[in-house]
Amino acid sequence: MIPEILRFGDTGFGDELVAGALVTLEIALYSLAIGLGLGLTAAGAKLSRSRVLRGIAETYSLLIRGIPELLIILLVYYSGGAAVEALLGLFGHDGGFDFNKRLAGSLALGLIFGAFASEVFRGALIAVPKGQIEAALAIGMTRRQVFLRVRFPQMLRFALPGLGNLWMVLLKDTSLVSVIALDELMRETSVAAEATQRPFEFYLAATVLYLLLTIVSDVFRARLERRANRGIAGEAAPRRLLRRGV
Amino acid sequence: MLDLWITYGDRLIDGAVITVRLVALACMIGLVLAVPLALARRSDRRWVSVPAYLYIYFFRGTPLIVQLALLYYGLAQFEAVREGPLWIVLGDAEYCGLLGLSLNTAAYVAEILRGGIAAVPKGEVEAADACGMPRAAVYRRIVLPRAIRIAWPAYGNEVILLLKGSALVSTITVYDLMGETRSVFSRGYDDAVYLYAAALYLILALAVTGAFRLGERRMNRYLRAAG
Repeated sequence: MIPEILRFGDTGFGDELVAGALVTLEIALYSLAIGLGLGLTAAGAKLSRSRVLRGIAETYSLLIRGIPELLIILLVYYSGGAAVEALLGLFGHDGGFDFNKRLAGSLALGLIFGAFASEVFRGALIAVPKGQIEAALAIGMTRRQVFLRVRFPQMLRFALPGLGNLWMVLLKDTSLVSVIALDELMRETSVAAEATQRPFEFYLAATVLYLLLTIVSDVFRARLERRANRGIAGEAAPRRLLRRGV
Repeated sequence: MLDLWITYGDRLIDGAVITVRLVALACMIGLVLAVPLALARRSDRRWVSVPAYLYIYFFRGTPLIVQLALLYYGLAQFEAVREGPLWIVLGDAEYCGLLGLSLNTAAYVAEILRGGIAAVPKGEVEAADACGMPRAAVYRRIVLPRAIRIAWPAYGNEVILLLKGSALVSTITVYDLMGETRSVFSRGYDDAVYLYAAALYLILALAVTGAFRLGERRMNRYLRAAG
């Protein structure tokens, strides 16, 4: 059933594709961590009283949302690499700078995720009823406690659907780091397609693997949302296998 | 940095023209495909709604870059395709890119439209029914015009995503803005060209945003107080 070239082992590229899919997942998870941090920070900046902070955060999301993801990856890898090299040169280090591809790719994708996530977080932070924050302050919680115990946990519930959508976008965007020859699924696929001259089978196999990642994420996302809504009457989402995004 | 623009500026502009053309055409074709897809997806008949669901799931669940590679490199593998009448489209990188972008955006726009249609107030549809309008007329006169207005901002976002996604046609050898940019970079490894490309894409994105704002004002002008 499975053609020879897609088998595992020396004769086929099946194992290479699966290894590529694992790298895809790895890059996506690194980017998620970077993006969540950036997004939360930028959301805080957007809601802050300081005009400078607001300006920086707004410019950041405007720039990222207007520039193609592919270009951002190339910019981070080449221009970012050149900038670090120049900076190192200032400190008398002239050995050049070898930008780690996984780091560069995750950084670029994290930057993209963060810009969109900042909007999700901002909306979610605003959605937490003000009265609860006032109540928490009134019973003597410190600002820190109010954030950690009241605002943050409730904000997560509002942010989850938006973040779930962004994760799907991120998973697919990892395929773009193949342009800097990072050995993720898309790159492994095109290498195999070229080596065997059988692009159709390989790209089709890649779409199946990407669909698998998407379906697994969908199931996982539905579970997380149900869990986040567990304390809210009528909000516990029905158990449906493939919950669709907005 | 400036002499880079003097030498290669024309090529970047040429690329931008191709980008604009691709996006404009893909928008139109995508919209034409999206309307029947959205209606099919809402249908009560499973043999109508399930294929539409699978189409949308496939195009939204896999990366555009893989879809383009499958269309351009994958299909060319078959003798029957290379000899067949579809080769006029599939053999040409730009047509192929246009096809891929259109099919992809159609899936996203169908979902946006579906949301818009679902948000049309039920009373309006019932009122039209009560007046005795045929079903097709209800859709043409009430549901679709209302749904388009509701979905308009989301559609504007999708066009921005399409503009950014169009950069991927450079991976199937189309010399759009991104393709020209990468080719200029490969000449002298001067990364300043990426900054120029970023600026051009930003200008295009701002133009799309502005156009959608204008469109929204015009479409909703009946809502503004007369006088």
